[in-house]
This record gives sequence, structure tokens and C-alpha cells, in this order.
Amino acid sequence: MKHLLTIDDISADEAIGILDTSEAFFEVAKRPVKKVPTLRGKTVINLFYENSTRTRTSFELAGKRMSADVINMSVASSSVKKGESLYDTVKTLEAMHPDIVIVRHGASGAPQYIASRVAFSVINAGDGTHAHPTQALLDAFTLRRARGRIDGLTVAICGDIARSRVARSNALLLTKLGAKVRFVAPRTLLPADSSAYDVEVYEELEAGIAGVDVIMALRIQHERLAGSLLPSLREYSRTFGINDAALSLADPDCLVMHPGPMNRGVEISPEVADSPRSLVLNQVEAGLAVRMALLYLFAGEGADAPAD
Amino acid sequence: MTKTEAGEDVLLDAAAVERALRRIASEIVERTRGAENLALVGVRRGGVPVATRLAKAIEDAEGRTVPVGSVDISLYRDDAATALPDPKIGPSDIPFAIAGHHVVIVDDVLQTGRTIRAAIECLLDYGRPKRVWLAVLCDRGGRELPISADFVGVSIEAPAGALISAEGDAEGSGSVVMGPGKGES
Repeated sequence: MKHLLTIDDISADEAIGILDTSEAFFEVAKRPVKKVPTLRGKTVINLFYENSTRTRTSFELAGKRMSADVINMSVASSSVKKGESLYDTVKTLEAMHPDIVIVRHGASGAPQYIASRVAFSVINAGDGTHAHPTQALLDAFTLRRARGRIDGLTVAICGDIARSRVARSNALLLTKLGAKVRFVAPRTLLPADSSAYDVEVYEELEAGIAGVDVIMALRIQHERLAGSLLPSLREYSRTFGINDAALSLADPDCLVMHPGPMNRGVEISPEVADSPRSLVLNQVEAGLAVRMALLYLFAGEGADAPAD
Repeated sequence: MTKTEAGEDVLLDAAAVERALRRIASEIVERTRGAENLALVGVRRGGVPVATRLAKAIEDAEGRTVPVGSVDISLYRDDAATALPDPKIGPSDIPFAIAGHHVVIVDDVLQTGRTIRAAIECLLDYGRPKRVWLAVLCDRGGRELPISADFVGVSIEAPAGALISAEGDAEGSGSVVMGPGKGES
């Protein structure tokens, strides 16, 4: 396995292998010295075409705790403005011989485009509305730690599913690992066709979260929705927001996840976000361990011959 | 030398392992002068059951419990940059402070010394022990680094390719056997 582009790239066994490996790295963050020498001499580049704080920070810290040299390129603010193509940017990077390049791009498929043209390993950190495999892996890791298993759990993914790469990757991975997945959203935010996923679709929150083990609330990307698909954020909050009233309809031990950044008071209420049921900060902690594991597993692959 | 059914040489049978552990336990107590701040750290995975049994032997002889931890050296290997990633990597677990302690690193078999070098480096990321010791069930020779064990169950000069394995678990009843192996181990 040279690249991690989508959840389709990995089998259930490989996914479990990644989660098991992540357990070893979870412990590193609790040591007095939070750094291991494993990736000494390896170079990791964060190539981010979209703004990101948490994912970029998570990958950066993961690389640094593995002793890799980490470089952050916020391309949005540099070469692109000078007219450089994606191809020229990645070929320029390739000439610097990185081992792993972490790519986030607004266009679905950009990481695939890069991966087929370079010698280094590519890890997709989110492309358009397509995939965000590392988020799905860290969510699975968080869930497995919280519940001891994934197989047999029922997970409701709530929010703007049609435009969410997090929802897509989570639905693929969780079903692959034996969970039952529900998409819960108003019709305007559901994919036109959910049959590509092995999921149940609910257009009402009450029915959608009844009996589930965990609710994954997605961020309402109000900068993208701007009134056309939702009457108002307040209406969404009232009908689909995860708050105490909504949770009273779910199982008493139902957990709540959110990939962040949260819009408190829109898709999730402050009381729920700060409650013991919330796994939001566990997800951040898990993200670091899972990304360390991925860097560990992929760094050895960077020396292969170019694919083209 | 006795042979197993599979034709391997028995270096230490179960009773000999038990005797060796009792002897090492008393040697550890003697050489650390009965220090209270003593801890054992097994090298995953073969060293962990040995460390557990050693702790029990110390407890039986001295009537006090000794904390036992474990280290996984995968992340500290000197070939980490070139070797394939180890899919069986597990967490290290040192649930006690080691600063100022006498820490005995415990492994089943000592050969090149590279594992022990990595274990020392890992250990130091948890604190600064007063002194680090090394106890092994079997020293088979073949050192590639200037490392030696302080406490040894059995010492032999094994052929380079021979496969030495220590069986048994934390509950005991293990033996140490040597087979022909498959070339370089």
C-alpha cells in the first residue's frame, strides 16, 4: 500500500491493522518525552490547497513526534496565485525528495491525480466532497476505544451529508468494519442517491437517532449553503440540531461525535458538546495517534520507483 | 544434551528456568543492595513474561512487590528507516515513575544487543533512572554492540543461524530450546 487516497484503498483487515498500530502511538502522547526517533531523516510535506488548522496541525505534530522533518505549504497563499499548475507544484516538490506528502485540495480527485504522477507516498487529507480517509480512521479508532468494538454498532451521521467527505469516508469505513450506518438529514442535504452506500436514510431526526449507539454530527458549512438549501440555520438547529432534547429521544448511553470545527448552537448545542457523552476531544487525541501510525506505515514506501 | 521431540537442544528445561529465575531474583536484590526503588521492564514480547515471573520470584523471596512494565522497541530500532513497518507493534507500558529507580531491563534471549540498545533509548524517554541493569534468560553470544548482561540464566556460544526460543508464559512452566533455525535469525 503506497498511497492512502480513499477508504476503498484499504480492506477491513488493513483498517483494523491501522487501528491496532495506532494504539501503540496513542501511548506516546502520555510519556514525559512525547517523541520517538522512528522517522529520523524522513521528510513529510503538508500540501494544503484549502485552509485547515486542525488537520494540518494534527499531521504536523504527528510528523514531529515521529522525528520526521515536516514542512507546511499553504499553497492557497503562494504559487497558485502566481499561476503555477498543480502538476508543476508537485513536480517541484518531488525534486526535493519528500517521503510522504499530505494533500488537501478543494477539487475531488486531486490526490489521485498527484499520486499517479509522483514517486512519494500521498495521504489524502480531504479532497473536495470526495474523501477524508484519515478522519474516518480516527473516528473509528475513537469509537472502538469508547465502545470496545465497531462491529454491530449503529451510527447515525447527521448533517450536510451530500457535501461531506467526512460522511462519505465514515459510511464506507464503518460499514466495512461491520457497523450499521444511518444518514440523517433534511432531503436537501442528502445525496441524490444513497444506494452506493450500505446505509439507511432518515429524513427526521427523531426516527434517525432512535436506538443508535453514536451520533456523528457534521458541521453545517454555512459559507457554502448560504440560504439556498436550508431556510435558516435556526430552523436547522431546531429540527436537526443535536441538543439535550434530541438526545432524550436516543439511548441513554448514546455517544456524540463531531469532526470539528463545531458551530455551537447550530448542529450541536453547547451542553451536548461539553457533556460526558461528547467524544469531540477524544477524536482530536485519536487523530494524532492515527496519523502517527499512518506516517509510520507509509514512510517505508516512499522509496519506490515513480508510478509513471 | 537433552533433546525435545522436535529434535531441538534443551538449554534449560522448565525446572532449570525456575531455578535460574530464583537465582537471578536473589542476585538482583543482592546487587541493588535491597533497594526499595527497584523496577522491572520486560522487552515486548518475549521479555514480558520473564519479567513477570522474575517479579514473582523477588516477591516470594523478599516479601515485597516490584513494579513491572514493558517496552516495545519497534519505534526505536536502528533499522526503522529501512525496514518494513512492524505490523505487530504494541504500546509500551510503564505505569510508574522510573526517575531515580534501579530499572532492570528483562529479555528472553540476548544476541546482537541492538534490541537492548533500543530498549534503553525507549526507557530514557520515560525518565532518568538511577541505574539500568540487564537480565536475560539466555545469552547466546553474537554481539554487534558493546552491551553485556548483568544477570544471565544460561550462557552459550550459539551458531549464528540457530534459533533459540524461550517458551512459557507469565504463569511459568517454560523452557529454553535451541533448534537449527533457518539461516540468519
